[in-house]
Amino acid sequence: MTTVQPRVMGTRVTRLDGPAKVTGTASYAVEYPVDAPLYLHAVQATIARGRVTVMDTSAATAVTGVVAVLTVFDAPRLADTEDGDLTILQDDQVHYRGQLIGAVIAETPETAREAAALVRIEYDAAEHDTEIRTDHPGLYAPEQVNPSFPTDTSDGDAEAALRQAAVTVDQTYTTPHEHNNPMEPHASIAIWDPDGPRLTLYDSTQGVHVVRKQLATVFGLDLEQVRVIAKNVGGGFGSKGGPHSHNVLAAMAAQRVGGRPVKFAVTRQQMFDFVGYRTPTIQHIRLGAQPDGTIVALSHDVVEQTATVKEFAEQTAVPSRMLYAGANRTTSHRLAKLDVPVPFWMRAPGECPGTYALEVAMDELAYACNVDPIELRVRNEPDVDPETGNPWSDRRLVECLRTGAERFGWAPRDPTPGLRIDGEFLVGTGVASAVYPAMTQPGNSARIECVAPGRYAVQIGAADIGTGTWTALTQIAADMLGCDIDAIDLQIGDTDLPVASVEGGSSGLSSWGRAIYAAAQAFRQEHGDDPTPGDASTADAPDNEEAQNYGMYSFGAHFVEVRVNRYTGEIHSSRMLGVFSVGRAINPTTLRSQLIGGMTMGLSMALHEESVRDHRFGHIVTQDLATYHIASHADVPEIDAIWLDSVDAHANPMGSRGAGEIGIVGSAAAVVNAIYHATGIRVRDLPVHCDALLN
Amino acid sequence: MIPFEYHRASSVQDAVTAVADRPDAVFLAGGTNLVDHMKLGVVEAGLVVDVGHLPLNDVDRLPDGTLRVGADVRNSDLAAHPIVRSHYPVLARALLSAASGQLRNLATTAGNLLQRTRCVYFQDVTTPCNKRTPGSGCSAIGGYTRYHAILGASGHCIAVHPSDMAVAMAALDAHVVYVDADGEHRMPLSDFYRLPGDRPDRDTTLPAGALITAVEIPPPPDGARSTYRKVRDRASYAFALTSVAAELVLDSGTGSVAGARIALGGVAHMPWRAHLAEQALIGESATEDTFRRAADAELAQAEPVQGNEFKVELTKRAIVATLNGLAEGRQR
Repeated sequence: MTTVQPRVMGTRVTRLDGPAKVTGTASYAVEYPVDAPLYLHAVQATIARGRVTVMDTSAATAVTGVVAVLTVFDAPRLADTEDGDLTILQDDQVHYRGQLIGAVIAETPETAREAAALVRIEYDAAEHDTEIRTDHPGLYAPEQVNPSFPTDTSDGDAEAALRQAAVTVDQTYTTPHEHNNPMEPHASIAIWDPDGPRLTLYDSTQGVHVVRKQLATVFGLDLEQVRVIAKNVGGGFGSKGGPHSHNVLAAMAAQRVGGRPVKFAVTRQQMFDFVGYRTPTIQHIRLGAQPDGTIVALSHDVVEQTATVKEFAEQTAVPSRMLYAGANRTTSHRLAKLDVPVPFWMRAPGECPGTYALEVAMDELAYACNVDPIELRVRNEPDVDPETGNPWSDRRLVECLRTGAERFGWAPRDPTPGLRIDGEFLVGTGVASAVYPAMTQPGNSARIECVAPGRYAVQIGAADIGTGTWTALTQIAADMLGCDIDAIDLQIGDTDLPVASVEGGSSGLSSWGRAIYAAAQAFRQEHGDDPTPGDASTADAPDNEEAQNYGMYSFGAHFVEVRVNRYTGEIHSSRMLGVFSVGRAINPTTLRSQLIGGMTMGLSMALHEESVRDHRFGHIVTQDLATYHIASHADVPEIDAIWLDSVDAHANPMGSRGAGEIGIVGSAAAVVNAIYHATGIRVRDLPVHCDALLN
Repeated sequence: MIPFEYHRASSVQDAVTAVADRPDAVFLAGGTNLVDHMKLGVVEAGLVVDVGHLPLNDVDRLPDGTLRVGADVRNSDLAAHPIVRSHYPVLARALLSAASGQLRNLATTAGNLLQRTRCVYFQDVTTPCNKRTPGSGCSAIGGYTRYHAILGASGHCIAVHPSDMAVAMAALDAHVVYVDADGEHRMPLSDFYRLPGDRPDRDTTLPAGALITAVEIPPPPDGARSTYRKVRDRASYAFALTSVAAELVLDSGTGSVAGARIALGGVAHMPWRAHLAEQALIGESATEDTFRRAADAELAQAEPVQGNEFKVELTKRAIVATLNGLAEGRQR
């Protein structure tokens, strides 16, 4: 593949959207100025399973300012109810606590909220089951795991190899419910124009075209009858990777009130109810190795949950299929359908929890073999992709580990745990590998138009979820057209623009940049280097033929130092370093933000994040940011992320791979491994709190 | 939002008069707790009387050395006050360990004392709670109890008081000054709070309609060294799993403990004055063994529930580590 000569790519362009955001002039979803908006407050089920028998709306309707009340008994009918997550208010069934079962639409948000509390509901409650466990009678093997990986794999004879292995590790690791909590909760303005009809949605989403397609299906509209706009998005982390039921409720409400815009700003508490979350995982890992640490067998068996209304199968064991060498290997995923909301994408689904377990197991193997954990990983470096036999496009895991070791001051390190005392603190260090696939999404198109001499509009329905797309994609466009960034008028975040894939799977720039490259090639071919205003070209991104021939992944290595209080067990991470191989850095400033952000999320996962589902009621009871702990600034230590200078010649014309999620992968494992080194206590259940270290 | 009347009080007397015979009235100062609860439907007030701007903003040293802190003094300002920093480090540290900078800038001294006990079920109107709806049952018992009481709880409620400031004030033998229809009154902080018993809906003994106007803190004893230690699940913006406000006076000759005042936070329905620990310290040598015995003495009465058993040992260790720090002079 030809990679484009970088001029603007690779330079530290300051965020182009920064001034608007810090001055508060950038519009987020519910902030768009619309005429005479109405406000929606949701009515939610307070049982986890059963039937709604009564929804008495008389008191709610009587409140001055209430315009309409939707219930399960009178809501508009949906055209398509295939998607169980999006199918709401179509019958009286309750499938999980917090499910949307109604809405009040009023002149003010306060009125809507007050009236929603006045809707009197009666239920016929049934027994519910919200707790995943390894002996759950409903465990089953899904047809595939997210997005389309095989559920199980088996190479060689892992059982026999494990029996014969000189050294084995056989442990179970768990991760809890975790919920994405972007600064901007999910939010929409829905406008239903009865003429047409036509639905316009200002939304907080990672993909306007994704939302358009799914909502068009649900409401029985043509694509052209739906427009979705999202210019600025205050974080998503996967949870905004597709529409959820709040979008449907907003659109239903807009349909009911016939023309007036309806604003639905999801509350922080509701973020724990219906916009996706990471399933808890129970991961059984067995490693068999020769005395020198060479892996001869690896098995990774995962139990996790999904919902009764829709299946989502997190691909937790997938990274174990390719990260290390080893002839005998099995992986599996088993799910139970519980009376819970649908799990969904959250910050490196699959790789993040799966690599946590694998990389702690690797640390345990290093101790079992008395081999330095970096050396252990080097000894198990595969020459080719173990899953496919393909050569690597740009595998530089060992270089990440070695570079990090040098910079972090890894050697000389006494691996003996519990030795290093500094006042009240035990000090330890840990390491873990990171891996994330270099995905490119199909179905991207871009349009380039000369809007004035030397000026180009570059159009693609992409998204910026706070990651820096506005800036990095402008840089890409400038290099593709051979001009400065000042000459580019980038237009994204609107379905009136050419089709684009979701900002997810760390695939955004790779996928959209490829389309812009194609459009720029077409534009120069059709209009030359001196076009006249009005000249325009549109092109689709071609498939990457080389993706079939290479193992194409980003890699990384995490180094963490922790200090554990000898009295109270309180854990403070004092140093974090990440070294990554992500192909070309399009914008070093936004790249670094992505990487240290991901590393911080991993720290947060290791030490803080846990949604507590009270199985008696069926819902998450830690439903605000005071009780769902995310790492605070004070928890984030000295932190640095660097990357290897490289270009992936096989990935795309930019030579880049995605960097959105690699930062979180392995980060939690490095923290947990450092805690072991500090204390001698091996914790396998996340998050690690002080009480786990009191003995 | 439920509609309510709003009255901006013009004076202390006006505020007290405004709420007389209005059991549905609440005072509003910083609003950092009340407004949350109004949004969540935990509090349905018919009348909100705003007292946040009354002239109760001063921190004064009285002739006998007592520090008088006005009810509306913001937490940030109190923490930064030179006398608090120099004479009551336990109080300054407690204040600064609480909430976030933004919240401390709004939260007032009286409002901090009067914040409701904290429990995820109390805040969630879809679950039973004896504190919110007497007689409906306690959802915390048998539920998520990590942040719940290990001392002085009842079968009706195991919630804990969330304040850090109040824990320091409990150790410092503060008094609450309040005004009601009968005039001004003074009450020791130890009498101000109450355990849940069978009336968990009541957090304090403050008479209905009374307005706190000040907190008075006696001067610390000569040679006192004090500090506040908060153990929590993240380094900032988290409630205490357990916390220790402690003041020690060591005999300048023998080095043994001549005076000790200790209060615990995050473990009870109120700031928990650790009298048994204090008694175990007096006259003893200031060693870790002594401190451990004192902690054991206090926590012997602990009654954790399923899910928070660890807090007993954690609290003991927090006490030991805190006293160690004071004895070694790492804090004063």
